[in-house]
Amino acid sequence: MNGSSDKTRPLLRFEGVVKRFGDVPAVDRVSLDIHEGEFFALLGPSGCGKTTLLRMLAGFEQLTEGHILLDGQDIGDVPPHRRPVNMMFQSYALFPHLTVAGNVAFGLKQEALPKSEIESRVSAMLALVRLEGYGGRKPQQLSGGQRQRVALARALVKRPRVLLLDEPLSALDRKLREETRFELVELQQRLGLTFIIVTHDQHEAMIMADRIGVMNRGQLVQVGPPSEVYEQPNSRWVAGFIGDINLIEGRVAATGPQGTEIKSETAGRLHAAQPADVSLGTSVWLAVRPEKVSIAAHAPEGSQTNVFAGKVADIGYLGNSSLYKVKLDNGLVMTAVVANRTRLLERPIGRYDRVWLSFPSDAGVVLTR
Amino acid sequence: MSGTNRPRRGWGARLVILIPALWLAVFFAVPFLIVLKISLSQSAIAQPPYTPVLDLAAGWQGLKDWAAGLSLESYALLASDSLYVSSYLRSLQIAALSTAILLLIGYPIAYGIARAPRRMQAVLVMAIVLPFLTAFLIRIYALVTILQREGLLNDALLALSLVREPLVWLSTDTAIVIGIVYSYLPFMVLPLYASLEKMDDTLLEAAADLGCPWWKAFWLVTVPLSAPGIVAGALLCFIPIVGEFVIPDLLGGSDALMIGQTLWTEFFSNKDWPAASALAVALLAILLVPIMIYQHIQMRALEHR
Repeated sequence: MNGSSDKTRPLLRFEGVVKRFGDVPAVDRVSLDIHEGEFFALLGPSGCGKTTLLRMLAGFEQLTEGHILLDGQDIGDVPPHRRPVNMMFQSYALFPHLTVAGNVAFGLKQEALPKSEIESRVSAMLALVRLEGYGGRKPQQLSGGQRQRVALARALVKRPRVLLLDEPLSALDRKLREETRFELVELQQRLGLTFIIVTHDQHEAMIMADRIGVMNRGQLVQVGPPSEVYEQPNSRWVAGFIGDINLIEGRVAATGPQGTEIKSETAGRLHAAQPADVSLGTSVWLAVRPEKVSIAAHAPEGSQTNVFAGKVADIGYLGNSSLYKVKLDNGLVMTAVVANRTRLLERPIGRYDRVWLSFPSDAGVVLTR
Repeated sequence: MSGTNRPRRGWGARLVILIPALWLAVFFAVPFLIVLKISLSQSAIAQPPYTPVLDLAAGWQGLKDWAAGLSLESYALLASDSLYVSSYLRSLQIAALSTAILLLIGYPIAYGIARAPRRMQAVLVMAIVLPFLTAFLIRIYALVTILQREGLLNDALLALSLVREPLVWLSTDTAIVIGIVYSYLPFMVLPLYASLEKMDDTLLEAAADLGCPWWKAFWLVTVPLSAPGIVAGALLCFIPIVGEFVIPDLLGGSDALMIGQTLWTEFFSNKDWPAASALAVALLAILLVPIMIYQHIQMRALEHR
């Protein structure tokens, strides 16, 4: 670890970073701190600016405005070949004219290290990514998964302060992708390095990252641990981008320590456990994840808050769970996902059945935008 | 590529191979055999000017008589007279020098075109090919007027005060090399462009990311990856330059001849068809070496794909 850096100072700091291509801002006023040893995911749809942000950190794009500080030093004017960060490219960008060992050794040769050290570090790295004995092969002779590991080894062998991964798993098939996610996390923890991954896959980001930065239209719209971004989204857009969401529009009728009372023209009275920091009468949305919605064939007894009657419009059988699309009496369509815990060949609830949906007060999140 | 599970070729596939095979047989193999045959004959004052003449009408006996008259005399002549050997060496030397200069000029041009915006590339490639729309001889004669004593080149050098006296360009090796480089440039640029244009820019970013400054990345990544283009361009130029006749004849001096000129002299001035044919066969044998090297590199490149 770097002895000179104190605990409070982040390893990496983006300060009001802007990148414009012509008049179009690709990255718009992004400020973000990333700490030593973190696995950080930049998540967003394609064209949201996440790759541009990563490329600015690697030095391939110049900043239009703002600063990027690494260990407290502004690296804006440092050319890519002098930055202590390394990138794993989406296409891997392996040198086709060099062997696997030659690819991995490429970066070390630029540091003019003694030959024996290069050799030992290359073979140690090939062992780490389980490619012993493949050193003499050409990249074209490897499978997709093996190439991915060569690309990883080539970047890691430089011992970067930050490893940048641009959609590292997108070229792999599903099964391999799922295995590799855990391998990457395990590797990152073992080496204690800082990883920044760019991905459009929310599952990938949630499984691997300590923190997620959600980007949309060049802006960083929410930053937090996966559970926080999922359970406590700060906007309808984030809620909808990370997983599925039911949104019910209404106006704040009361708010306080007991929670928030929402009056909806379509859905009646709603209650959320969290207080909302808005004035009464403000238009808000109550966001509820489908797996937090219960479905029943009979009207629940007791309180009728957060209870809606409707008709099953569609059922999606997913194997481990079933998805019910319910058209409520008020016209809204709500989704409920129920885990299939028991083995039933016939669902007790069928299409066009009359059902009641309900969710507890702590299931919903009040969103103002 | 395994030969075992290759599907059996149908008639269509055979026909496709037959066409180039037939072409090569009619326009290369047969003429070459005729030249080879003449090279083994002896010069004579006759029509055609060599003996023996194969008389197929005389049947088996004719063939026997013909075979008995063949000799390696012309080849012995090539080895004995230093004129021929020095002619070959001179041709190889000029071809090697011209190819090296072509590579030095052609590579930056091809690189520049490959780096230009997509839409510009087609225009630039067209510009490289454009001079070919003018007749070859006219372009060479234009070079004569440029290189002559009161020509454009000397005028320009004098105007810029780079020289005090007009220099002698015409009838020198420099003039030959200038003419060759000018005429063969597209043959160097096009294969180089083809291999540079395919290159993935991310590889250069990867090199920079791994600590390699751009100029070093050019040597370590761009040049090795364009090696097939370099080899193709060099051979595409080198081989025809060795046998070049028109350019040295019009721009060069008369004291030392390139092999194409020597061949022409033997054929048309000395009417020594066997010697001329032997020269041609020997030239082909010499040029086979670079062609085989090229084949070898091509095969290796294919295996790695």
